Amino acid sequence: MTQSLTLENINAHYGTTQVLEDLSLHIAEGELVSLLGSSGCGKTTTLRLVAGFLEPTSGSIKLGDRDLTRLPAHARDIGLVFQTYALFPHLTVRDNVGFGLKQRNITGAERKKRVDTMIERVGLGELADRHPANLSGGQRQRVALARALVIDPPLLMFDEPLSNLDAKLRVDMRVEIRRLQQANGTTALYVTHDQEEAFSISDRVAIMKGGKIMQLDTPEVLYSQPANAFVADFVGFDNMIEMEAVAEAGDAVRAQMAGGVQIDLPKSQFTIPSKKFLFATRPEGLLVEPETGGFGIPAKLGMRTYIGRAYQYHCDTAGGVVMANGPQATPFESGSAAMLVPQPEQCCLLPTES
Amino acid sequence: MKTRIHPVLIVLTVLTFLFLLGPLVVIIGSALSDTTYLTFPPQGLTLHWFANIFEISAFTRTMGTSFMLAVAGTTLSMLIGIPAAYAMARYRIELPAFLGNVFVLPILIPEIVLGFSLMKSLASGFGLPITLALLVGHALIVLPYTVRVVGASLNSFDFSIEEAAVSLGCPRIKAFFTVVLPNIRAGIIAGFILAFITSLNDVSISIFLTGPGVSTLPIQLLAHMEQFFDPTIASVSVLLMGVTVAVMAVVERTLGLTFLTK
Repeated sequence: MTQSLTLENINAHYGTTQVLEDLSLHIAEGELVSLLGSSGCGKTTTLRLVAGFLEPTSGSIKLGDRDLTRLPAHARDIGLVFQTYALFPHLTVRDNVGFGLKQRNITGAERKKRVDTMIERVGLGELADRHPANLSGGQRQRVALARALVIDPPLLMFDEPLSNLDAKLRVDMRVEIRRLQQANGTTALYVTHDQEEAFSISDRVAIMKGGKIMQLDTPEVLYSQPANAFVADFVGFDNMIEMEAVAEAGDAVRAQMAGGVQIDLPKSQFTIPSKKFLFATRPEGLLVEPETGGFGIPAKLGMRTYIGRAYQYHCDTAGGVVMANGPQATPFESGSAAMLVPQPEQCCLLPTES
Repeated sequence: MKTRIHPVLIVLTVLTFLFLLGPLVVIIGSALSDTTYLTFPPQGLTLHWFANIFEISAFTRTMGTSFMLAVAGTTLSMLIGIPAAYAMARYRIELPAFLGNVFVLPILIPEIVLGFSLMKSLASGFGLPITLALLVGHALIVLPYTVRVVGASLNSFDFSIEEAAVSLGCPRIKAFFTVVLPNIRAGIIAGFILAFITSLNDVSISIFLTGPGVSTLPIQLLAHMEQFFDPTIASVSVLLMGVTVAVMAVVERTLGLTFLTK
């Protein structure tokens, strides 16, 4: 019953403001893809377009072979879980869950059986006759989940489903969502602004900005190989140093940063994307070593903080202030000169934003 | 710790209550007076004047008219007011802001001006029969109450509930009746009652729109007072007051009075 979702060249506007720009996205059968980004990036708009609450200016939305683009929302057959849960306050848990089946004219014993099974599956058997007002936030979200799943939809969509829950419950619920989604093998589109949440449960994540997908990949690839400066910054590459390739030096490319400081980047470990590029790392990608004149970026150490597994330093370099980690065994004094040695597997060379 | 209440505050409170309730006590007293003229304090006690209401056909007839008018007028205003309030709450961003104020106009325009213009337009202009003109007039003057009270309910309604219903396969119109209406029920009841009482007690609009053979209770009361000055007037007033109090008591019991002031 599960189906793939395909968005092709979607453009959407609110009045004259363009909120989605030529967006294309394919979610395979049974796959969970998250749309991740800050507010206003277009992630919720995308979800509402697929749900049928908004209409795109152009482009097409397909669920399996079915063209949804101009289909009314109630005919789309999509399970939706809302941030505010959106349970029917005047109905019991049982009637909330049964609502979708009732619309499909599934009555009597079959409806009862499907509803009861689903309520059991989300662990709310005891609470079936309660009204939503008498449930906790987590229980409400379970009812919302059961209500969306019971109609056995070809596509499930989540709109920030956990942001009204407290931290502990958020982790439990996202595991629960993933478990149920995988057990059913349902294709899912998940909207969130929480990076950890998106990375932990998704097969693939689309990082969005200004109505466009900046990068769509597995969490692992996004985390270690961001494709551009925006994504790099988003996933925690705090250090960005502007560099320019100035010469070949044997097996290495000689790169120059502000102030004329040069560093040789071995070709075997670094691929230069363009003449001007950004050298991006997390703090653990730059290792603080004594000044020896070898491979590295010369720096003057500033404030030192202890972060448990290492010391972290604010470092003044020619390319600006960067964060770097140093070994626990040999702490450096503030003010001393040091060499920041890039760890190639934790560094990225990115094209500069044009 | 005991809270100290300033004596002046106590005096002011008592005076306010006397001012508000005093006239009502006078009316109730006069209605019970065993005299053929209005007087207070009552001389002797009798329920004769209450019985008298039902012996004067003009009162029983107009009482019927008033109740029918209040029910029909309020219902008509609901049929217009609920969709209007829904549209304004649902499409708050898309719709111009002044729309909400348009529906309050019947309260803002001096009643006598409104009454006169309704007479000119409905009765003289369109030549509507008296009953129909009264119905339209009453629906119009109670519209602000229905729109505002139902609107208050809808403003706190989470419209994603409606979207949830739609996503589960329920068409928009059906979703309105099965999911939206049951959840703004309290607002509808409250709006209905406020509108009902307003219509029942209206004088200024009705006085322009009533005519030969068709009148409402408050208008009949005025007419009666011009000819007779017996305690029947007071007893009718007490009866109207009683209906209002009874309705309020029902609201208080079922929804809480805060509902009306929200």
